[in-house]
Amino acid sequence: MSKIVRNALIGLFWIAVWWIAAAAVGLPLLLPGPGDTLSALFRLMKTSAFWQSTFSTLLRVACGYGCAVVLGILLAIGCHFIRVMEALMSPIRSVIKATPVSSFIILVLLWISKGTVPAFISFLMVLPIIWTAVQEALRATDGQLLEMTQAYHFTPAQRLRYLYAPSVKPGLAASCITGLGFAWKSGIAAEVIALPLFSVGTNLYNAKIYLESADLFAWTFTVILLSIALEAMLKKALGRLKGGAA
Amino acid sequence: MISFENVKAGYPGKEIFQGLSLRFPEKGAVALMGPSGLGKTTLLRLVAGLLKPESGKISGTEGKKISFLFQEDRLLPWISAQKNVELVSDRDTATYWLHQMEIENPALYPREMSGGMQRRVSLARSLAFGGDILLLDEPFKGLDEGLRARVAGRIRGSAPFILLSIHDREEAALMGAEIWELEALLRK
Repeated sequence: MSKIVRNALIGLFWIAVWWIAAAAVGLPLLLPGPGDTLSALFRLMKTSAFWQSTFSTLLRVACGYGCAVVLGILLAIGCHFIRVMEALMSPIRSVIKATPVSSFIILVLLWISKGTVPAFISFLMVLPIIWTAVQEALRATDGQLLEMTQAYHFTPAQRLRYLYAPSVKPGLAASCITGLGFAWKSGIAAEVIALPLFSVGTNLYNAKIYLESADLFAWTFTVILLSIALEAMLKKALGRLKGGAA
Repeated sequence: MISFENVKAGYPGKEIFQGLSLRFPEKGAVALMGPSGLGKTTLLRLVAGLLKPESGKISGTEGKKISFLFQEDRLLPWISAQKNVELVSDRDTATYWLHQMEIENPALYPREMSGGMQRRVSLARSLAFGGDILLLDEPFKGLDEGLRARVAGRIRGSAPFILLSIHDREEAALMGAEIWELEALLRK
């Protein structure tokens, strides 16, 4: 049995479980079935607000995620090579890691506009993941190879390209994939609290407030689909990057 | 002329040399021999400047270009043999030395090569880097007898001074190297 057929059968099994559970409950307000959810999704997809909200959320999460990846790499490099920077910055990393995301969202709402909060929260959640992974990978760079580059007078650029970059690549790729899930989830959580004008989070909140359970499921379904699609695209892009190493 | 004056050196918790004094010849080849763990590699690392003495003085290496073949091959695994050698020289020099080391397919990556081939690529890199002093730590490790003789013939005379660490007297003879017993040096 091919992998596609196997996955399709597993998917069908869980949709059947969902359908049976919804039928058993008998109250679409409490648990809408797959049919109700799908028709709600099609109805929403016909509206421009759906696409505006979806793309706004995507843009916010992408901005926060992209900035976190870039800054995470730079901080890791800085902390690895400059001891003072490591001493100064590591407490900040620990604080970000330990603070609950909801505390950050509420706090940040006081400082910046509600449209920017989700991007900032995505950034904040992904930053320590990338930072830690890259710094750990730099720390784990083969000491013997490093000594070899010293003995053969490699330039800093050669060392970066032929030693550090390939050493860091697997850890960075894994943390980028993990970070994407975090960015997505925390970004939407921030939208649910901050309620920016066009966003998936705001629509989730409204669906809950107006007891539109089918809409709530449809928005959640959209989030899951986008998350899977983004992760697949990222994995493909990272795979291509790996293929073109050094 | 490389000379050691009362050199004390070692690693944290392990002292290797305590007041070592010696003077190498200006030209030619010297083969250091002795049991494992006595300090042959440490001595090469001191000459290369990769290890600093705790006290004493090492002179004669200032301004000299030193090429070091490590005991391990230390090839970058993510690039080809050709690229590994090119990184320390240029395309023509790399091609020449890879050919001299009988590497038939320099496009191969280290993981695709046998241990002996990796050793020869590592040797090609040291020779392509060139310099005034060539330090070779167990250069013939993993090479069969015939190959050993051919490779040794090509290494001979490739640098004004060659310092080797070996276990076998025959290898010293192949290199035309003067044998120095490290144990005896340490007793002095």
